Amino acid sequence: MFESLSDKLQSIFERLGSKGKLTENDVNVAMREVRMALLEADVNFKVVKDFVERVKLRAVGAEVMDSLTPAQMVVKIVNEELVELLGKPAPLNTSGQPPHVIMLVGLQGAGKTTMAAKLALRLKKAGQRPLLVAADIYRPAAIKQLELLGKQVDIPVHSEGTGVAASSITKNALRMAREKAYTVVILDTAGRLQIDDVMMQELEQVRMVTRPADILLVVDAMTGQEAVNVAEGFNKRVPLTGLIMTKIDGDARGGAALSIRQVTGVPIKFLGTGEKLADLEPFAPDRLAGRILGMGDVLSLIERAQEHMSEDTALAMEKRLTEGQFDLEDFLEQLKQVKKLGPLGDLLGMIPGMGKMAKDIDPRETEKTLKQTEAIISSMTIAERRSPDLLNASRRRRIAAGSGVEVQDVNQLMKQFRDMQKMMKQMGIMGGKSKKKGRGGGLGGMMDMFRGMGN
Amino acid sequence: MFRKLFGKSEEKTQDEVRLEESLQKTRNTFFGRVSTIFQANEITEELWDELEEALVMADVGMGASEELVTATRTRVRDDGIKATRDAYTILKQEMVRLLRSEEPLHIDEPRLLTVVLLVGVNGSGKTTSIGKMAYWYKQRGRRVLLGAADTFRAAAIDQLKVWGERAGVEVIAHEPGADPGAVIFDAIRASQESRKSDLLLVDTAGRLQTKFNLMRELEKVKRVAGKQVHRAPHEVLLVLDASTGQNAIAQAKAFQESAGVTGIVLTKLDGTSKGGAVLNIKKELGVPVRFVGTGEKIGDFAIFDPVSFVEGILGNGQ
Repeated sequence: MFESLSDKLQSIFERLGSKGKLTENDVNVAMREVRMALLEADVNFKVVKDFVERVKLRAVGAEVMDSLTPAQMVVKIVNEELVELLGKPAPLNTSGQPPHVIMLVGLQGAGKTTMAAKLALRLKKAGQRPLLVAADIYRPAAIKQLELLGKQVDIPVHSEGTGVAASSITKNALRMAREKAYTVVILDTAGRLQIDDVMMQELEQVRMVTRPADILLVVDAMTGQEAVNVAEGFNKRVPLTGLIMTKIDGDARGGAALSIRQVTGVPIKFLGTGEKLADLEPFAPDRLAGRILGMGDVLSLIERAQEHMSEDTALAMEKRLTEGQFDLEDFLEQLKQVKKLGPLGDLLGMIPGMGKMAKDIDPRETEKTLKQTEAIISSMTIAERRSPDLLNASRRRRIAAGSGVEVQDVNQLMKQFRDMQKMMKQMGIMGGKSKKKGRGGGLGGMMDMFRGMGN
Repeated sequence: MFRKLFGKSEEKTQDEVRLEESLQKTRNTFFGRVSTIFQANEITEELWDELEEALVMADVGMGASEELVTATRTRVRDDGIKATRDAYTILKQEMVRLLRSEEPLHIDEPRLLTVVLLVGVNGSGKTTSIGKMAYWYKQRGRRVLLGAADTFRAAAIDQLKVWGERAGVEVIAHEPGADPGAVIFDAIRASQESRKSDLLLVDTAGRLQTKFNLMRELEKVKRVAGKQVHRAPHEVLLVLDASTGQNAIAQAKAFQESAGVTGIVLTKLDGTSKGGAVLNIKKELGVPVRFVGTGEKIGDFAIFDPVSFVEGILGNGQ
């Protein structure tokens, strides 16, 4: 939906014919676009104003580096300033004696309950003994929701129904945590408006009786200009130690995080990246900066690929690739890996410059093609997959019948596969030259494959 | 026969009161700034700049903000208006014009069974809205039934059941993890066969509009409804959190494409955000706001009225 900032600036600078030094005029024109991009990303208006001034100061007269176009130069400066503003990733506070209390606060529907379970799971994986506490006594079935989530990740949930005050529940939970040697206590509090005095008093009481090591504000990535006031409102009553931004798996740019960070100085700690309880990532400033500017998220993609691909498979695959032995068996394996990464449309959206393409490609068609391809290869014998040359007309007919497609489809796939094989060989040679490319290398191949499939 | 509700009846005044009360807090916030701007003595270039800024800060978005300012400015110039007070009135008129919808709400048309689907992203307030909406229509003599088609989120069905109890309406539900299409199928059958209800409100799971498969699921739910009841669903309401920023337009667009959204339920209006994004949505996609949620209690729900909404967010002027 949005053109990326770099694309926009590129075309502007081409029109201006700028090169060499960035003139004041160049920068002014560019800043208008930067301002728009940030506002579209829901960065607070005042924060945008200050930010644009800062960037302007740095950009006017800046020498454009040899390797960059003026547009890229501006984006580079903007990006660096954004990363700077977003601050360093901050870990959870683990000083002092356990159990450490983590209190989650925020507006209704921000995603606190889900986040409580996600944090618990993460801490459990890190060797901690977490206890979840259901302190939302207002929203219908909120307690049940936390209990169900707790069960899913096998983490105990302390609850006392809806008839007991939140401060008592949390106090009892803390006592129990001490007795049973839990190391982290995560409090899921009810969603509330920062202007609701009575409800804010409840938070103050909970804070007083539990003395949290961390008070984390949970903010929806879709939040608009108001984010700053919300954060300030909470921060005033219960001093925040961190920020968690949720629903970052959508297409919201998450500018609210920048605004909150800038205005309150509270560090961003985690990002919620999906509906599954494992979908939680530590905050990375460069990535969020790229997202705010609409520049895709290659790092996330690579990380996701790494997560879903075992190292051995990846290494074996790469070896076969570089040796030019890529066969249909490998192809099938890659297809399966790609499918694990998630819906194709999502993936394409993460690649810079391909956000637009992702809109053009009909993911339905592409997913169908992928499925069909898998079916065709699955209908081959192992021998055929290893040496595709075996595939004569009779074998192709059998495969077509077996996978429910026409012989032409099999032929087409084989042609595509040959093309791909050629391409892979070239990539293999290139990869060999530029020392080790790591596991990301296979990823480029997969991306090229998508492009092949999309056609 | 339910037309009455839209006439100048008592209910409407109550709605107006509720809406205005919930909007009052805004006067100190972003929209509130607008009325301050018009306290200036003269209409200057600066005033228009400040106005645009204030609108952007109220999440109205660049596009709709510019359009509002231009439309107001043009009329002020053409009519030779000098007083800021009059210019302010024109701005309000332009906002009302932008928000007003010619299309009637299809829930109140006489029909054996009306099916309404509530859709939206996670945490926007679907389940709460559906509970309040059930109560609202029940108060007005409708026989309401709820369908729990959010079979995904933990405890969503329980949450809806609590609302069903509070509103005094029955909930048709399956087990967690069941096929939402099957839930709506059963809910429609229950409504029809035992003639239990003439209004079926269906809760769906929250989904981010970028999740392709989940959006496809909505299409299916819609299809199932359409096969059983002529022209169903008769309304598909997007539940939108008033604090949503520019992503609101992407949401509305995606849900319009896959679920055929016909209107918006604007929730959490009791907060300090006032859902300025709906102006942009109406401008870009023509989708009107139909209902507003104004608090956590079951009665905190009202029909959307552009005039009281605009008066509410801007205040009555000087």
